[in-house]
Amino acid sequence: MSGVRVLVGTKKGAFVLTSDGKREQWKIDGPHFAGWEIYHVKGSPVDPNRLFASQSSGWFGQLIQRSDDGGATWNPVGNEFTYEGVPGTHMWYDGTQHPWEFKRVWHLEPSLTDPNTVYAGVEDAALFRSDDAGGTWQELAGLRGHETGPKWQPGAGGMCLHTILLDPIDPQRIFIAISAAGALRSDDAGKTWKPINKGLSSQYIPDPNAEIGHCVHRIDMHPSRPNVLFMQKHWDVMRSDDSGDSWREVSGNLPTDFGFPIQVHAHEPETVYVVPIKSDAEHFPPEGKLRVYRSRTGGNEWEALTNGLPQSYCYVNVLRDAMAVDNLDECGVYFGTTGGQVYASANSGDTWMPIARDLPAVYSVEVQTLA
Amino acid sequence: MIRVMLPQHLRTLACVGDEVQIDIESPVTIGSIVDGLEKSYPVLRGTMRDIVTHRRRALVRFFACGEDLSLLTSDLPLPDAVATGTEPFIVIGAIAGG
Repeated sequence: MSGVRVLVGTKKGAFVLTSDGKREQWKIDGPHFAGWEIYHVKGSPVDPNRLFASQSSGWFGQLIQRSDDGGATWNPVGNEFTYEGVPGTHMWYDGTQHPWEFKRVWHLEPSLTDPNTVYAGVEDAALFRSDDAGGTWQELAGLRGHETGPKWQPGAGGMCLHTILLDPIDPQRIFIAISAAGALRSDDAGKTWKPINKGLSSQYIPDPNAEIGHCVHRIDMHPSRPNVLFMQKHWDVMRSDDSGDSWREVSGNLPTDFGFPIQVHAHEPETVYVVPIKSDAEHFPPEGKLRVYRSRTGGNEWEALTNGLPQSYCYVNVLRDAMAVDNLDECGVYFGTTGGQVYASANSGDTWMPIARDLPAVYSVEVQTLA
Repeated sequence: MIRVMLPQHLRTLACVGDEVQIDIESPVTIGSIVDGLEKSYPVLRGTMRDIVTHRRRALVRFFACGEDLSLLTSDLPLPDAVATGTEPFIVIGAIAGG
């Protein structure tokens, strides 16, 4: 019988939640790496037993852990993320130039075809790749070396490369997003990059329509249609139908268009989920009601999904990497909160149930659908 | 034989107890102790100092003989009591945060 494995990264360790295909009863395993910040855990689509975890600490730096048995046991692999050449500078908060300094790995993206290849998005923003299952890491330096690099500026959470989307149809194509530089695309497997921010309008920067400088929070795509991208920007939910060459706003009737995650349904390319958050000054749901919003029209028309979610006195946030879907026939949707809850829906969001209630603040949620 | 006490998280990573012992050639310095620790326990590489610059991590401190040695240059010989193993070299995760 099929099953589901939910990989949860939290402020104080990693947890692995498992269930059969009914998704009613859940077993929680963890914490792994107790006391460490786990920014992200993700499994290889080629070998589901191979998992990668980003383990970091303000005291002791960055480690990468790998499991080859579905999270039962872990081993540290390479943690040397060295910028290629002279690191150079980017723009600091006060407008001066500041040296690029590695701080942590925000996101790990295993290859769609090779279990030994995995990408890492890091702070200060850069993209690394390992071709030996995490043993060694090489920077794809064309990204950071882009002519706009010196203009990139950190967002409130640091200058992080948080989104890596690998095109399942064109293996040469990679999308990434950086807070607060924006989105960039490579059409040659990461050698060269082009900003793809046309149509984004950010009122909080000197030139709202600048080529670079937008605070993109998350991008997602449906694997059958990788030219269509959905973006949760700092403010605004956006859509591109031309691989990011241009964007249009699809916030429509959302109660607020600020938020962090955005997720496309596993089987319906026009079905998209967001979690509206009141504002960038108040990182909690409007009216204290935790609501996932679903659009079945590719944006603009949104419906609130509330059944099973707290509708009073809820003041949690849902971070950018903390939402995912499974691939079962009835698509499951999952998200974690800064209050330590992980909610799951086994029916595309119609109803929800908490599958973990009292974990540390959830940084990331990924889902594996197991045969 | 140098005695080194590690903080809890590094003990867990290295799968060791409260104290480890490592052989260090003279002169014994902060740099040579960290070199020895990273050689004996590769998982500790980068946890006490930056991998590239070898700068001590801001919230890692080094103590011995009742003294905070963190600000010593990494190639300065440490007290004989550390070099002879009479006193342990103590790595501490600074108390920080709230």
